[in-house]
Amino acid sequence: MTQPLSSSRSTTPTLSVMIVDDESPARARLRDLLSDVAAEVPNAVVAEAANGLLAIEAIALNPVDVVLADIRMPRMDGVELARHVSRMERPPAVIFVTAYDTYAVQAFELNAIDYLVKPVRANRLAAALQKVRHSRPPPPQVLAELQQGARTHLSCHERGRLLLIPISDILYLKADLKYVTARTASREYLLDESLTHLEEEFSERFIRLHRSALVAKDAIAGFEKGAPEDGEHQWQALLRGIPEKLPVSRRQWPLVKNYARQLSS
Amino acid sequence: MASIKQNPARPPLPDFRNFGVMLRILLGVNSLALLAALLLAGGISDWVRRFVDLAAWVQPLLLFNLALLAGVSPLLRRLPVVGGRVCVFALAALSAALFVDFWQFMGMDEGGWQRTLRAALLAAFAAATLLYYFHLRAKAFSPAVTEARLQALTARIRPHFLFNSLNAVLSLIRSEPRRAETALEELAELFRALMRDHRDLMPLADEIALCRQYLDLEKLRLGDRLAVEWEIVDVPDDIKVPPLMLQPLLENAVYHGIEPSGEGGTVRIRFARSGDELQIDLANPCHGQASTHSGNQMALANIRERLALFYDLEARLETRSVELPGGACEYRVHILLPCRSRKP
Repeated sequence: MTQPLSSSRSTTPTLSVMIVDDESPARARLRDLLSDVAAEVPNAVVAEAANGLLAIEAIALNPVDVVLADIRMPRMDGVELARHVSRMERPPAVIFVTAYDTYAVQAFELNAIDYLVKPVRANRLAAALQKVRHSRPPPPQVLAELQQGARTHLSCHERGRLLLIPISDILYLKADLKYVTARTASREYLLDESLTHLEEEFSERFIRLHRSALVAKDAIAGFEKGAPEDGEHQWQALLRGIPEKLPVSRRQWPLVKNYARQLSS
Repeated sequence: MASIKQNPARPPLPDFRNFGVMLRILLGVNSLALLAALLLAGGISDWVRRFVDLAAWVQPLLLFNLALLAGVSPLLRRLPVVGGRVCVFALAALSAALFVDFWQFMGMDEGGWQRTLRAALLAAFAAATLLYYFHLRAKAFSPAVTEARLQALTARIRPHFLFNSLNAVLSLIRSEPRRAETALEELAELFRALMRDHRDLMPLADEIALCRQYLDLEKLRLGDRLAVEWEIVDVPDDIKVPPLMLQPLLENAVYHGIEPSGEGGTVRIRFARSGDELQIDLANPCHGQASTHSGNQMALANIRERLALFYDLEARLETRSVELPGGACEYRVHILLPCRSRKP
């Protein structure tokens, strides 16, 4: 490779890039283009992934500087990928790549988020890579608005690592003083989220039992009457797979009962 | 909607063999009979009795005329429009006169030339009213045909597909130039088909070829994730279908059924003929929102509308989600078309 030796360039370290797209021709195209612009913006493709989930696993093992992420992907889309990686200790910059998505493109323009449209052009790619070092990640609020539909995973930090919790594994979500706890069949996770937002986002999957608990609808095994309290019995939800019982508040009981009836009918 | 290609020709006579037209004639004439009964009746209670009396006269004549018109429909459509109309009036009036004669012969009507003439005039009036209704209806629908054609141009192929395909072709140019050439040719042909005039039926074989090209292009970018199974049972070569009826459905199948799944899946397409009907079945794995997705609904509404324009009530399009034994879910589209080449 013939690289002109100029003082500014010799000091520019090589960007490590990850390509995330579910279509292999699209990844091949980006790889070609990245090597085309390598003279201008030194870069190296260190990893490729077919969806957001695989990408996060790969980044956890090998941190990268830049992620080129397609938006529409199976299992985990590009926007959700960006939301999770933005919480890493050393978050990579995410450049979105999209074929055609008027909604997302409008939002990118509005929030000055860098994006590329397919077919990607070499000079646009080079410009985006050059800006990457100075760009700040988009605020979580903006990414949350970009998300179409609910996330497939929640993420949390543990000992410096980012853990992903599949939504389908979560049995219930419970708000304690400061944190929200997500309970799966095997263990609990501490989340940095608000229960109200979670309830809004996952209203199809979870139902509220009382002020500080949401339970996955398909985790409910049944209901039973608990010990009397002030002369009244309080209902409790039994859960599949774990022995814990969750109390149902008097206020929520009619709603929950209604839902249980729908199930049994 | 104004268009250069707007059809200047007068709307032709209705197709009297079409089930929808027959139904409309039945309903129309009976509504006229109801109205006549109301005019003749002394009060509301009398109305029903009057109508029953009238119906005894009207129904046999009506059914006879429906059969007669269905029989001579091809001949009528060959005449100039005005001639055809005059023929319909004449047939209605003559048959009414004959019926009055027949009832007289059977001793159930007093007869007389005045009654015969009245019957003939009433029948011709009913025929004229209905023909005028069909004329208005055809006029109301012809801009819709143009609009449907325009919609066909704009809403058919998702821009998503175009840009992703172009991107896939670009990726091939360096490594597999020949394959890139083929892909571009296919893309060109697909777009030529998309930009054609969409007002005439086209041979099923052409539509199938178009779908294969489309699926080839999708395979280019989706690779092994997209599997396609074709099954074509006893389908005559000369069947004609509305243009671009299947391609958008396949596009939906790929967009909602294959792309959201990491492992991919199979799209199944089946053509079969049963009697006078062509059955088309499409099936793809579904992922939650496929059936309620607005893009999908729009494409379905578009195709339903075009089916109604081409076949009136004789074509059907049904969709449903089916739970498979393994817990998976399948989205199915079922189309029924009358199996004959219809000349407008």
